[in-house]
Amino acid sequence: MLEWLSDNRAVVAAIIILLLVGSFFASIIYGIKQTRLREKDQVFGDPERTVGGWFWAVCGVSTLLLVWFYFSWGSARAFFPQAANELCQVAKLHEAVSPVTSSLAIDSRYSKSKTLLVRNSRQLAELRDRLPVNAFSPADAALVTGVMQNTQQLISIMATPDFVGAATIAELEKIKAGYAAITNELAKPRQGWSPDPAALAQPSWGISEPEIPLLPISARGAMYDALAVEAASLSEDFLKIRNLSPAAKDLISETKATIAALKKSQSPNESDPAIVKDRADYLKSVDRIFKRIDDGTIFPAVVMADMQLAVEAMLDRAEKAKGGLRYVEALFFPGGDIVKSRTQCTEQGPGRWLPKPTDVVATFFGLANPDVENGGGYKGTTLLWWKWLPISDVVSILIPDSLIDLLPGDYGQLNDKGEFEANYKDWMLGLAQGDVYLGVVPMLDGHIWDSLFRVLVAMFFGVLLGVPLGIYMGVSRFYKSFFDPMIELYRPVPPLAWAPLILTIFGIQDDGKIFLLFMVAFAIMVISARTGASGAQLSKIRASHSLGASDRQILRYVILPNALPEIMTGIRISIGVCWGTLVAAEMLAGTTGVGFIENVARTVSDYELIWVTILIMGSLGLAFDLMMRWVISQLIPWRGKG
Amino acid sequence: MADLTCKDLCMTFVNQQTGGKVKALKDINFTLKKGELLSVLGPSGCGKTTLLNMIAGFITPTGGQINVGERLIEGPGADRGMVFQQGALFEWLTVAKNVDFGLRMQGISERETRDQVEKWLATVGLQGFADTPTYQLSGGMQQRVALARCLINDPDVILMDEPLGALDALTREKMQSLVLELWKKTGKTIIIITHSVEEALLLGERLFVMAPRPGRIHKEYQLPFAEWGLKRSLRDMKLEPEFTSVREEILTMIWNMEEEIMGGA
Repeated sequence: MLEWLSDNRAVVAAIIILLLVGSFFASIIYGIKQTRLREKDQVFGDPERTVGGWFWAVCGVSTLLLVWFYFSWGSARAFFPQAANELCQVAKLHEAVSPVTSSLAIDSRYSKSKTLLVRNSRQLAELRDRLPVNAFSPADAALVTGVMQNTQQLISIMATPDFVGAATIAELEKIKAGYAAITNELAKPRQGWSPDPAALAQPSWGISEPEIPLLPISARGAMYDALAVEAASLSEDFLKIRNLSPAAKDLISETKATIAALKKSQSPNESDPAIVKDRADYLKSVDRIFKRIDDGTIFPAVVMADMQLAVEAMLDRAEKAKGGLRYVEALFFPGGDIVKSRTQCTEQGPGRWLPKPTDVVATFFGLANPDVENGGGYKGTTLLWWKWLPISDVVSILIPDSLIDLLPGDYGQLNDKGEFEANYKDWMLGLAQGDVYLGVVPMLDGHIWDSLFRVLVAMFFGVLLGVPLGIYMGVSRFYKSFFDPMIELYRPVPPLAWAPLILTIFGIQDDGKIFLLFMVAFAIMVISARTGASGAQLSKIRASHSLGASDRQILRYVILPNALPEIMTGIRISIGVCWGTLVAAEMLAGTTGVGFIENVARTVSDYELIWVTILIMGSLGLAFDLMMRWVISQLIPWRGKG
Repeated sequence: MADLTCKDLCMTFVNQQTGGKVKALKDINFTLKKGELLSVLGPSGCGKTTLLNMIAGFITPTGGQINVGERLIEGPGADRGMVFQQGALFEWLTVAKNVDFGLRMQGISERETRDQVEKWLATVGLQGFADTPTYQLSGGMQQRVALARCLINDPDVILMDEPLGALDALTREKMQSLVLELWKKTGKTIIIITHSVEEALLLGERLFVMAPRPGRIHKEYQLPFAEWGLKRSLRDMKLEPEFTSVREEILTMIWNMEEEIMGGA
């Protein structure tokens, strides 16, 4: 079943896309009809207008999924699975010609020659201006200046068309002819381009890693593939060409000799190490610039202009030869394109970082598979499952070992035969250390549960301690003024700023994270309970006094229930904030949890997994909030009606 | 049950920011016999509510003392029930639980109070509403619950701070009858503060008209209308020449006081 789905991903995606388009339009039509029906009884601004409207939710979700499909190139994968392969072949041609284009003014403002010439001339001028006078003897100074003049002259020779050697011209012409041949082929492709049979056996786009099949699977692709090979060899030839005329060669050997002589001679102030270093550094700079020019990669602009025209004509023709592929690329590969690098073709842009919805669902089910031995779960832990938890584990957490030390009597002793005689105290210690088998209970397990557990425990303590303190702060001047500075001082600090400290103090296991979340929940609960308590209507308090209630009773039976709406809102807010903080804390440290999954996925650029974790967090947050809304409506039906 | 005595009652408020002193009440003296129905009338700012809050024990007078029988009042207590303008019900509780709140606070279980709750709900005309959440009740019904909640505690004195002020005219009239009925039936001492001259006349065996700056009892009346109201329709009574003449007299009195305040300001 799964395999069939995987092999027919394209068809499945196509069906889903068509269904989405269908539900998008259907919900719009239904929604418009509904709007017309209601127009008579409701006017703009009437809050009743927002009631219901599930069809717009359908429309919104369909829109979201369609946009998602589109930008994840899901529609391209579904309807034009061949396009990626063909674009890959075009990308190969671009990659092959890239060494040449990068030395010409294509895709950049200046050609490489112009950049080199401008930069080196400027650096030479700067060097000349700061010749260290006391580091060179007058004779040496003249020599250094000469080297720099020669270098400048060399640049001029290379940049002058008349000085370019005949051999160089011939080689450049040969390459230009090669490009012309490719251009010709692209313009009028000869019949008989056909894909290799081996290529057709490749898995189609999106099935395997790397995702895009490399070998051409269409006639057009085969042509681009073959031409890319030709272009690559032309590029190789181009990189070998040097613009070194006889005049230049003479100048180079003369300058080299001067530099060697300069390196051997000494400074007049040889005793001062600072001056010696100055001299050496200066000579090195001069030598470096000379060597850069010596490489012979500067060409006159006129000579290269023809080359540029030839390459541009070829690239232009390559674009035109794509034919219908051009429209597919523009319409179905939004926001990016396919590039060839080294051994594979990859998607650039959303095609890379935005997996299609169906892939995300597939990854989710892979994660959700509880069979950890056979590839389910993540890093040895299920996503959300259950396990048998030994009761002794829980007992060992609840009973501290030191408590056993306080029991009367001594631990067992060694007897004369050298055997250990355990007594009841040893047995109790075993119990406290979790070594006594007490049976097992089923317990939830997995990354999601770990995250949930942390949030729930932190919330439990946050509510347990925060609400009473908040209530007291709401009714007592001492409590309010005593605790207010502490809480208000730590509360505004983002939990993530606390995280490094808390994780150091409490460890990176559950304790640290739970404490961090507790801090967040506690502050929010204190503030909301305080607001609720101090917001109690005076007449209600007075009424309860008149009815004979004691202070304690008023606190319990009037102020607490009166603060309940605020407390529930506080719980709702702090669950949300805790959830956000937790994920961030798990990304900092730990080996389980949803945030941990994302953290690992991030380091290996597993975008599908990243999206899955994001969606898990989002839907759990949503579920929490819906649950709290429901609880609030059940628990405080009087809310807003008092 | 006992008489309520106020002796040389003074209340001076000190403004926390400016330190200025306001004499809210000055030298109030009166004795209310057990079972008397007193209504208090006066322009705003004359200290009516302050007087009531002091009797309830919510604020301590700066001078003088209040006694219920022999006992000096030092704080709020169940012997002085209070009914507020806006019910001040506990909206998270049902009608029954609101009504027996006072009893439950004394440790009496809900089961034992059930009969009493039923009885008092019937008295205020809310049979069958015991398990209704209070937030679903109308304003008039909420006031009935507040009355029942107060009466079930069997207080010596019932203090009402504009109890019918937030109700519509028709409901108000019904509630006025109810208050008279309850007064007759229970024989409680009742103090009602009101803005409405008509209401003060109808619900006052005795009537204090108070004057502001400093708050004091300006004039006292003994009125027959409350007694009449137990037998006759309130609406008819309002047309009696005796009723209208007193009403006009008091209205003029209060009108003049207000004029004085405005002129002074």
